[in-house]
Amino acid sequence: MNKLVKILISLPLLMFVFSSLNAALTIEITEGTEGALPIAVVPFDTSKVASKLVADIAQIVSNDLNRSGVLTVLSRKLIPAKPHYSQQVDYPLWRSAEQDYLVVGRILEKSAGQFEIQFQLLDVLKQKQLIGYSLQSSKRELRASAHKISDLIYEKITGVRGAFNTRIAYIRAQQNQGRKYVLQVADTDGFNTQTVLESDEPLMSPSWSPDGESLAYVSFENRRPEIFIQHLSTAKRIKISGFKGVNSAPSWSPNGDFLALVLSKDGDPDIYLMHIETKRLTRLTRHRGIDTEPVWSSNGQSIIFTSDRGGSPQIYEVSATGGKPRRITFEGGYNAAASVSSDGKHIAFVYGDEGQYKIAQLELGTGNLIMLTNSSLDESPSFSPNGKMVLYASTRGDNSVLYAVSVDGRGKHKLSDQSGDIREPAWGPYNLKQ
Amino acid sequence: MKLSSVRTKILLLCMTAMFISACQTGSDEIIEDSTTIDGVEQAQLGGSEVSAEGITDLTALEDGSDSSAIAFDDEALVKAESPQAMLDKADSNIANRVIYFEYDSAKISDDSLSMIEAHGNFIASNGNVSARLEGNTDERGTREHNIALGDRRAQSVRRLLMFQGASADQLETISYGEERPAVTGHTEDAWAKNRRVEIVYEVN
Repeated sequence: MNKLVKILISLPLLMFVFSSLNAALTIEITEGTEGALPIAVVPFDTSKVASKLVADIAQIVSNDLNRSGVLTVLSRKLIPAKPHYSQQVDYPLWRSAEQDYLVVGRILEKSAGQFEIQFQLLDVLKQKQLIGYSLQSSKRELRASAHKISDLIYEKITGVRGAFNTRIAYIRAQQNQGRKYVLQVADTDGFNTQTVLESDEPLMSPSWSPDGESLAYVSFENRRPEIFIQHLSTAKRIKISGFKGVNSAPSWSPNGDFLALVLSKDGDPDIYLMHIETKRLTRLTRHRGIDTEPVWSSNGQSIIFTSDRGGSPQIYEVSATGGKPRRITFEGGYNAAASVSSDGKHIAFVYGDEGQYKIAQLELGTGNLIMLTNSSLDESPSFSPNGKMVLYASTRGDNSVLYAVSVDGRGKHKLSDQSGDIREPAWGPYNLKQ
Repeated sequence: MKLSSVRTKILLLCMTAMFISACQTGSDEIIEDSTTIDGVEQAQLGGSEVSAEGITDLTALEDGSDSSAIAFDDEALVKAESPQAMLDKADSNIANRVIYFEYDSAKISDDSLSMIEAHGNFIASNGNVSARLEGNTDERGTREHNIALGDRRAQSVRRLLMFQGASADQLETISYGEERPAVTGHTEDAWAKNRRVEIVYEVN
């Protein structure tokens, strides 16, 4: 077949794990939801389900909606009634509980282990149904189905597509009993963690393919940095870049055909584009400074990257066909590691000032700059596919954990792992299979 | 005699550095071979405090007024000993294999010059020895920037070793950036220990 497949390799020191593990990241909402819209999610009717359900759908939906910062879910203890169909709803009761929205639902077992989930989103003020759906789900897909329900509710209320049914990738590092580096993916609520690769040598820089099926990453497994592409469900992988010197910071183009990457094979670290199928390289920047952290603009027409060519790290943009880079950050002495929102209107990046590194967001059209975080050692921002949240790593004390903050500053939550540092998060694309 | 040969080498080093910097004044971009040997080129381009330091250091070396920096000695290379035996010796002038750096800098400090010279002589005199130069950084700055910075540090050491006669195919540079800290912790002390190039030998 083609060359890429032939180079397929696997090494004994690396571990691939296909199975979905139940281990989860711990999630904690850390910042308030002032101004969030009140919504009640009644536990779904499971009286017609014979098998033991592994997932509490209403709870998963509630947790999703709470994390958004846009909605605040009524505590279960305060729920005044438990209707499962819209016809059973006593609207004034929910009005007096100060709820704007109400979600009711029920789960039917069509056959052993095969379920149908029906739910309705109701407008308490207008006393009418906003949406009602029925989803088919296997036992294994129940959590994903719950996230789909969250997406539908979120989109109906906010007009913005939900991104709950997506995945995140990150690096977990353990320092005890020798070093261990693990590349993992998880659901956005920290469940269904899945190990993609485990190594005694550093793993870095996960980047999602636009179809969400593969990850590009840097592995030092051969005692030097090399870039690999790995298909998640089959664990098949290829080494895509192993030049002399630096091979780092892969970023997948929106059309899936190219990787932007950093190579130092010709001298200083510069930005290159690699056509994945042919491995043909195009050099995009040529400068004695450090050029790194390339990411694609949302339309794939340009590359946004970090360079210290002006003295301190700043963010630049260069056409994907080459040419002279244009500087796009001016405020602050340290701006690096940009992530581009899917509508192309914003970048989130690391803003450094007097030894404090925060996550900032810049509106490209207006130059309007806002700080999304207020801590001291934040890095690796990554936009959710709907552009409403930014996931990033934050060092607190001795540990690195992940946070997600809403771009309107209304919600913030923490993802942590008891067994090590987690860092370099990359928020995956929309799930194309839904 | 020996001292004068050393002095010649350092003078040559200085002249090379001056030459590089002189070449660079004409162009403001696209300079391929640019890792800092000694800070002089930074003086030309940036004018930072690092560069001022660099110039002073060179002057000091040229004047021979700082002879303490010239601690290496060809005599230490006892040819009779096998390379492995020399590497195993705890008290040789190649026993120390870690070179430390200032924050966000790839400039070799004067304190490290003699040590690197000793390693350069050792590698040059032993064709069957190869060395991995592993560049590392502290945790400050982004991970990708630090990969590039670690690369620059390793390249700085590589240049000096080659200047001593080590050949390109004996040397391999790797950057781990901030991924493999020597010590954990978020203090100045920990950072200083992590900004380093480690020379890892292999006898073939």
